[in-house]
Amino acid sequence: MYVYDEHDRQIAAERVEQFRDQTRRALAGELSEDEFLPLRLQNGLYVQRLAPMLRIAVPYGMLRSVQLRRLARITRDYDKGYAHFTTRQNVQLNWPAVEDVPDILAELAEVEMHANQTSGNCIRNTTTDQFSGVQDDEIADPRPYCEIIRQWSTFHPEFAFLPRKFKVAVNASEHSDRAAIQVHDIGLQLVRDDSGELGFRVHVGGGLGRTPMVGPVIRDYLPEKDLLTYLEAVLRVYNRYGRRDNKFKARIKILVKALTPEGFAEKVEAEWAHIKDSPTELTREAIAKFQTYFTEPAYEPVPEATESLAARRFENRAFDQWIAHNVDTHKKPGYAIVTLTVKKTGVPPGDVTDRQLEQIADLADEYSFGEARVTHQQNAVLADVRQDRLYELWQAIAPMDFGTANLNKLTDVICCPGGDYCSLANAKSIPVAEAIQRKFDDLDFLYDIGDIDLNISGCMNACGHHHVGHIGVLGVDKKGQEFYQISLGGSSHHDAAIGKILGPSFARDDMPDVIKSIVDVYVSNRTQEEAFLDTYRRIGIDPFKERVYA
Amino acid sequence: MPEVITRNGGILEDNWVVVARPAEGESLDLPRDTDQPALIPADLWLAGQEHYIGRKNIGVWFDSHQEPEMLEGLVNELDVIAVNFPKFADGRGYSIARLLRERLGYRHELRAIGDVLLDQLQFMKRCGFDRFVLRADKNAEEAARCLNFFSQGYQAATDTDIPLFRRRAS
Repeated sequence: MYVYDEHDRQIAAERVEQFRDQTRRALAGELSEDEFLPLRLQNGLYVQRLAPMLRIAVPYGMLRSVQLRRLARITRDYDKGYAHFTTRQNVQLNWPAVEDVPDILAELAEVEMHANQTSGNCIRNTTTDQFSGVQDDEIADPRPYCEIIRQWSTFHPEFAFLPRKFKVAVNASEHSDRAAIQVHDIGLQLVRDDSGELGFRVHVGGGLGRTPMVGPVIRDYLPEKDLLTYLEAVLRVYNRYGRRDNKFKARIKILVKALTPEGFAEKVEAEWAHIKDSPTELTREAIAKFQTYFTEPAYEPVPEATESLAARRFENRAFDQWIAHNVDTHKKPGYAIVTLTVKKTGVPPGDVTDRQLEQIADLADEYSFGEARVTHQQNAVLADVRQDRLYELWQAIAPMDFGTANLNKLTDVICCPGGDYCSLANAKSIPVAEAIQRKFDDLDFLYDIGDIDLNISGCMNACGHHHVGHIGVLGVDKKGQEFYQISLGGSSHHDAAIGKILGPSFARDDMPDVIKSIVDVYVSNRTQEEAFLDTYRRIGIDPFKERVYA
Repeated sequence: MPEVITRNGGILEDNWVVVARPAEGESLDLPRDTDQPALIPADLWLAGQEHYIGRKNIGVWFDSHQEPEMLEGLVNELDVIAVNFPKFADGRGYSIARLLRERLGYRHELRAIGDVLLDQLQFMKRCGFDRFVLRADKNAEEAARCLNFFSQGYQAATDTDIPLFRRRAS
C-alpha cells in the first residue's frame, strides 16, 4: 500500500493549515457563503439536511488497520459513533461540526488520510476494483496507476474549477469490471498491445445522474507512459469547452455527445499532440517506483485447503453458504478473498459503527496483513486470508454482523443515504432497502434467484447508481409525496447498460411486492442457466410490465 | 490609486484600465488621455493590430470563453495581457493562461482580472499569472500568504517543468 514520503507529508500538513485558515475566515465572515462553498466542497464538507457531512477520501478503497482505528476514534470524538461506506469507496461522517473539521483533518493527516477533492467541481477520488492485486485474471495491478492519478489530480492548478465534478475509475480484469468504469467521466481499462506492452483503453463520457450514458471508447490503446499527458489533454478540452451555462448539462458526457465521440477524440488528440512529450510523460523509473508500494505481502507457502474446507462445508450449511457467496478465488494457492458484508437488514447499507471499524481493523491485522478495502458496493474486503483460517474467521465475524452470506444477491443493496440524511434527495431510500430486505429473508430463495444488483437512489443525482442496477429504484417527489420509479436491465459491468424505465412509479409500501413480482417473472421465464439479466435481455421488458401493472 | 499584486505578494500601484467590450455597433471607448495605459478586448486588438502594435500603453484582455490561439505569433508584441474571471468558479482562465505561456510562448506580464479572490491566487500563479488585480473588497495584505499556502505541487505546470515524480527519482 502507498506510504507517504516527506513530500506527501508536507503537502498534507500544508493542506490542513490552509483549510484551517479558510474555515476561520468563513466563520469570521471574511469569506461569503458563496466563496466558501467550493472551498469546503473540495474538502468534502457538505452542509446537509440535519448537519454537515464530511466525506473522507479512501484512495482506491485501500485502508490500513491504523487508519480504520483512527476513523473509529474520529466518529466517537467528533460524531455519533458511526460512519458510512459510500459507492465510490470513500467514508462519510454524518454529524461533524464545521468548526471541528480542521482538527479532524489534522487527525486524518497523522495517518496519511485526507478529504481532498471528495466533492466539488474537480477531479474526485480515483476508484478501482476491490480485488486489485489478488485476483488471478488481471492484466496488471491497477493501484500504482490510481496513485499516479491521485497525485497528479491533487490540487491540479488548472483543473480546480471545472464545469462539473469529474470521476475517474480504473479496471484491470479482462473478465469482470467491479469498478463500473463505463459509467465514469473517464474509465480506464488496462490492456496489453500485441507486443505485450501495458496500456489503457480509454472510455470518456459515461455517467449516471439526469442523463445516464455508457462511456464510448475514444482511444483503443494508450501506452502507460502517456497516461497523465492524455488525461491532461482530456481535462483541458473539457475545462475549455464543457458547458458552464447549465449545471445539468455541464458533465463531460454532454460535451462528448455534442461533439460526437469521434469529434471529441479528435480535439483531445490535437491537444495531446502538443503535450505528449512534455515532462509530465511518465518514466519507466517513476512507474516502477509506484509499483514498489503495491508488492505482494509476505505470503506463506501453504497448500490449497480444499479438502479440509470441503469437510467443514459438508458439516455446516451456513459456513458452506458463506464460502459459496462471500469468498472469492485468490491468485495465490492456499489464500482466499473474503468480503465482509455490511448489509444487515435493518441497518442502512454501508453504515458501520465505531466498534465495527475497529473490528475490521482487528480482523485485518489478524487475518489479512493489516489491510482492508472498501468496495463500491459498500462492503469491506479482507483480500489475503489463508484458506485454512477461513472457518476461524467465519466464526469470529458471526457476532459482528459481517457474515450475512448475501454478497451480490438481491439484498446486498447499493443505496445512497437518501432523504433521511441528504438535502438533495426527493425521497427516502434506506427504508425501501430495508423493506425489500425483509421481504426476501429466505436465503435459499435468494441463492436460487442468483446474482441480482438492486440499486436504490433517493434522487436523480444517482448516488445509489440506480441506472445500472439489474433492478434500479429511483425516489421521486410528486406533490410532496414520495414515489419510486423502477428500471430494469441496467449493468455496471463489462456489459454496461442503462436500465429501461418500467412504467409509472409506486408508493413506498408497495415496493417489496413489486420487486417480488419482478423476481417472479424472472423465475417463471428463466432457462436453467439464465441469470436475471440474461432472461431480461431475452424476453424484454413487456412480461415484467404485464405482471407488475396487472 | 488601484493596486496590483505581484507573484510574490508585493503590492504595487497600478494605472491600467480595462476597456469594456463596446455594445453592438458602437466603437471602442479608449481613454481620452493617450498616456493612460488601457487593456482592450483581444479580438479587437487583433482586428486593428496595424493600429495598435508598438503602442506600449495598449494591452489586451481575454474573456473566459475566448481562445488565446487567436494571438498566435503576436503575443510578445504585447507588454500586458489580462485574463478575465467573470466568476471565480469559472476555471477556463487557468487553461487560457497556460496556453498563453506554454503554447504561445508569451513572456511579458500576465494578469488575472475580474472575480479574483485570495484562495485562487496560488492556482493562478502556478498557471503562469504574475500579476493579480484582487477584487476590491478583498484584503491585499493577505495575498502573500495565500500565494504560498503550498511549498510545492505534485504536477508540472507553468511554474515548474518538473513534476514531483521526476524530482523524487533524481
